[in-house]
Amino acid sequence: MLREEELKTFVDGTTRYFEVAAQQPASIGSPYLLEGEPAMHDYTGMISVSGKREGVVYFTAPRAMLTVLLMKMQESDFSHESMRDLVGEVANTISGNARRDFGHDFVISVPSVFAGEKPQISQPTGARAFVIPIHWRSHSAKLVVSLT
Amino acid sequence: MDTVQDTGARRTVKLLIVDDSNIVRRRIERSQQFDDLQVVGTAANGLEALELARRTNPDLVTMDLTMPQMDGIECITQLVQMKPEVRILVISALADKATAVEAMERGANGFLNKPFTDRQLNEAIAELMY
Repeated sequence: MLREEELKTFVDGTTRYFEVAAQQPASIGSPYLLEGEPAMHDYTGMISVSGKREGVVYFTAPRAMLTVLLMKMQESDFSHESMRDLVGEVANTISGNARRDFGHDFVISVPSVFAGEKPQISQPTGARAFVIPIHWRSHSAKLVVSLT
Repeated sequence: MDTVQDTGARRTVKLLIVDDSNIVRRRIERSQQFDDLQVVGTAANGLEALELARRTNPDLVTMDLTMPQMDGIECITQLVQMKPEVRILVISALADKATAVEAMERGANGFLNKPFTDRQLNEAIAELMY
């Protein structure tokens, strides 16, 4: 089961992503235990985790935030496909960086992306899901981590 | 087809960019700052990369690892068999040492973690090519 101290890996990964990719740090809120269904934003990028740990990591964000993020990355393509690409890449980068602490056996999938539909996310038995709130400029997003 | 060109004293370096994210591919293409580097192709997975490498004969390949259809580790293995002199810079989010070691053992020459700055990208390319 995911321990609260392990959340630091994902908080640090999220902080690093915004600092480097967007050149503007995000403010990370206090993580909390998810009860019930999480509120999803417009776009969600999900990574399945297997190996030594099992579960999912997903990043969900509103279109407005992703648009500004793309602008900060010098992108000029703000299409639906770019939004999908970006949420997948954010989820992939934060999950991949977690191997620095979780090791080689923390096996991550390629991203699955959901937009405008309710994602089918199956949490493994015994996993606890934590929500890491992300505030960047005037926008809010979430990273959800659910691991055995 | 070999499209190597002479540009005065320095030879053009042909770059192939491999990443399943279109945003990352464009970012690498936009951020590299070398006048003698020519992007000869971009690929979204290992299979596409091998096909493009056959056609464009790159000198340098930037290689993602987590990709659909064929991942970067398998692609590196086959690419090095096909073209032993190619230089491969892995650009991946996978941040554990064992992954970097495995990529190097298969034939990669450098490793850059995502997310990266323009400066880190250019330094990593320069280290491999100049």
